[in-house]
Amino acid sequence: MTDATSDPISFDQDADLPQAVVRGYWASVWNRLKYDYVTLFCLALIILIVLSAVFAPWLAPYDPEKSSMAYRLKPVGHDKYILGSDEQGRDILSRILYGGRVSLAMGILPVALGTIIGGIFGIIAGYYGGKVNMIIMRTMDVFFAFPSVLLAVAISGSLGGGIQNQLASLTIVFIPPLCRVAETAASQVRNMDFVDAARASGASTFSILKDHVLITVISPVLVYASTLVSASILLASGLSFLGLGVSPPTPDWGLMLSTLRQSIWVQPLVCAIPGIAILITSIAFNIVSDGLRVAMDVKS
Amino acid sequence: MNVMAPAAAADTLVRVQDLKVTFVSREESVSAVNGINFELKRGEVMCVIGESGSGKSVMMRSLMRLHPPKRTRIEGAMEVDGYDIQGVSEKQMRQLRGATVSMIFQEPMTALDPLYTVGEQIAETVRIHENIPQEAAMKRALELLELVRVPSPERRLKAYPHELSGGLRQRAMIAVALSCNPSLLLADEPTTALDASVQIQVLVLLRRLQKELGMSVIFVTHDLGVAAQIADKVAVMYAGRLVEYGSVQDVLLNPKHHYTKGMLASTVAEQEKGRPLGAIPGTPPDLRALPPGCSFAPRCRAAKAQCRTELPPETDTGGGHRVRCLFPL
Amino acid sequence: MEQPVKKPEPHDRDLHPRDRGGPAQPMLIARDIKKHFPIHAGLMNRQVAEVKAVDGVSFSVMKGETLGVVGESGCGKSTLARLLMHLMDRDSGEIILDGLAVGEYQGMPLGDLRRSMQMVFQDSYSSLNPRFTVEDSVAYGPSKQPGVSKKKAREIARDLLEKVGLRAKLFGARYPHELSGGQKQRVNIARALALDPRIVILDEAVSALDKSVEAQVLNLLNELKAQLDLTYVFISHDLHVVHYISDRVLVMYLGQVVEIGPVDKIYASPQHPYTKALLECQLSMDPNERVDQAPLAGDPPNPVNPPSGCRFHPRCPFAEDICSSKMPALGDTLRAGRDDHLTACFMAQPGSGHSKAPTQADLLKRAAAHPAPMEV
Repeated sequence: MTDATSDPISFDQDADLPQAVVRGYWASVWNRLKYDYVTLFCLALIILIVLSAVFAPWLAPYDPEKSSMAYRLKPVGHDKYILGSDEQGRDILSRILYGGRVSLAMGILPVALGTIIGGIFGIIAGYYGGKVNMIIMRTMDVFFAFPSVLLAVAISGSLGGGIQNQLASLTIVFIPPLCRVAETAASQVRNMDFVDAARASGASTFSILKDHVLITVISPVLVYASTLVSASILLASGLSFLGLGVSPPTPDWGLMLSTLRQSIWVQPLVCAIPGIAILITSIAFNIVSDGLRVAMDVKS
Repeated sequence: MNVMAPAAAADTLVRVQDLKVTFVSREESVSAVNGINFELKRGEVMCVIGESGSGKSVMMRSLMRLHPPKRTRIEGAMEVDGYDIQGVSEKQMRQLRGATVSMIFQEPMTALDPLYTVGEQIAETVRIHENIPQEAAMKRALELLELVRVPSPERRLKAYPHELSGGLRQRAMIAVALSCNPSLLLADEPTTALDASVQIQVLVLLRRLQKELGMSVIFVTHDLGVAAQIADKVAVMYAGRLVEYGSVQDVLLNPKHHYTKGMLASTVAEQEKGRPLGAIPGTPPDLRALPPGCSFAPRCRAAKAQCRTELPPETDTGGGHRVRCLFPL
Repeated sequence: MEQPVKKPEPHDRDLHPRDRGGPAQPMLIARDIKKHFPIHAGLMNRQVAEVKAVDGVSFSVMKGETLGVVGESGCGKSTLARLLMHLMDRDSGEIILDGLAVGEYQGMPLGDLRRSMQMVFQDSYSSLNPRFTVEDSVAYGPSKQPGVSKKKAREIARDLLEKVGLRAKLFGARYPHELSGGQKQRVNIARALALDPRIVILDEAVSALDKSVEAQVLNLLNELKAQLDLTYVFISHDLHVVHYISDRVLVMYLGQVVEIGPVDKIYASPQHPYTKALLECQLSMDPNERVDQAPLAGDPPNPVNPPSGCRFHPRCPFAEDICSSKMPALGDTLRAGRDDHLTACFMAQPGSGHSKAPTQADLLKRAAAHPAPMEV
């Protein structure tokens, strides 16, 4: 083979694939996501729910806290109250719209805070390993050992009711699982050759954590966090239901479910509405997180 | 080499005619195997040589019908020991796997179950096909470990896969594969992950077992040295086609296809130092969009305009040495 | 600062602008490098054993040469690579880069080492960050250097991609999963060269590639070496490849060097029975030259609790009593010249007590045959 010794620079070029469309990471995630109609539908639904909660004062036909003795427990489709009214004659539609503000905030905020705090601890534990890992993860395990509902109730119970305490207790509940996911992902990245290559090029530990570890850890953590949003809504509703969340006149889906419970034999459909709201929102978040997981998988 | 009687119909164990395998998904279809013909006699060892993505493993897995039927389109005919692989029922196929055809893999760690001892796994395979009590099956397992020359087999019978070294694991997997006296053994790069000193042990063992048991073997490898050691027949695969087929001497010592020649030239073995190796430029073609002519034409230094438009037919250059090239060497 | 005594050697290359020690100063000296991994087990997590991954390895790499390091899995060659790169802390020993001890008082700071010594990893799913484009991967190292702007780092990356045979316009924005194995390995090489190193450690850099691609990459490595005035430490289990690319070869067995010498001497007349067996294990491409008996029985032994004496003696066909009781010395690899061939085997050492050891008469005969006598 004397003719095989031509310049190596031209190798790999001529016979190569036709130039593929090259996109950035998030662009390629979107490209996969845009054909997943179910996820897109649920995403739209979530946006709709969030917007309706944000714009509740403009959308709600009545004051959600104004009771009316004359119109108690009206059925769905009533002339005045489209979704009926509760045992104090308050408009369900208005309360659902306003209640979405508290419930969604309680779904998203604790998870967001838990993601940040748990993520940081998890990345540190996973990347450093050894003793650091042991201290962080064993502490997490102590919290992880309790069922989440029990833990939330215990913390809320000791802190007392109110929205801040509910937020704090839910955040504490979500830190350990998110920390665990981040730790697993980070400890896998730590052993990758590209991290060694980055170290060999003189990058500082902080740079490596920021540039290599974070970007790899972020997708499993985000996906997991999005599944927790629905759990958080349910937990927050549960706490409110037990009287450990928002206090009564303020509308909240969990609280509504709790108070309407007594009227279930009178107006079953009306009583189910806050439950349906919780259900639809949780399912939407679950489906979106599933879709995200598929779309964020680089190799698919 | 086994001396075979002149080709009679009963001598042929495997017959593959115009096999095509396409993986279909919503977005694209990948043509992994694009028309393969060969026959394998009883007691013969055929090496399929090809690089990653040449379709060699896909071809072999289709002989065992291991591809998910929903996403795979298989055309052509495959016959093993008189059974039509496409036509037999799933139940019959399960009986064929292990008893008539069995397979060994590159990574024994993933092929063996980490939760069971080596002995239990061999005995389990025996009992799937033969209705014998557990004790007899364990005795057979011991015999099999002796057959594959595992040192101190009694002790190894009770070992879990992770307790064995790479070479012993590979032997254990061979023992599992041989547990029901298959007439055809499919070997998918079984020595690639091993150290050179262990690789040669396994090759010598496989060849000895093949002769003792009179098995036919289809051995997939990317290493020409392995083929030189073990093959009777060699098939060179490129982009899902057999570009060259013949006896091991013919193909390795007197290659007719430019790809085979290029592979031989680029395999590092005692080349003159300081001179560039005869590398094949470029990369293998995209199996989603194969060029219309010879698949190797874009990388071939002898390619002419005709090569890019016309698919070369299989031509016999004499003595069963077939080549798919318009301008063979 | 220590300067090992070296006999001056003729040198035909121009000096590198960053050269310090002159042509006779080895590019890299590793002296008595040790790394033992403790194995913990049991309820109390006590140390129950030790893996002697690298156990007293000494060698030097001359400027502009390629030192091949061969050995089977578990011999410690990959650990050695990571120790040389300071990716892993060594238990003891010294690493001297062009006359400066690395990471020691008044020696070379680690940052300078990073610029002078780089590593090419085996092509695997973990060698490139799947979230980084090819250009980002190559530009990452330079962008972390003080005084290098993002833009400049990208320019360096694009230049290097062209140098390793990948058109920057076509490949720069791609992700690793869009590349073939050979292309990924070119990116790995470009990344290692991005800091303009003087010595590159190649750890199984071509082992996972298809043969035709392997040849392309080996050709590329040779081209780059000449073009950029590099020194290589080429670690591989493939003796054919090491033969082709190396000037000198170091054979490792269970964490120790058993033989070191010029490539032609090692391949033509291996002195250590392990080297001999390894060479015999290389498969011939000729179907008429088949092996009926494996040259080496058994598996590579476990580096946990290695055997006493010569570590190869349980597999060695020539083992005698002395082999299991005493460890054969290799000789001083650091004082040896680039043509010296050293072996840690009693059979090569006169008066060792092994029945096959050469007598004085044999040595004289050998000296007559070879003008440059072997160091004994």
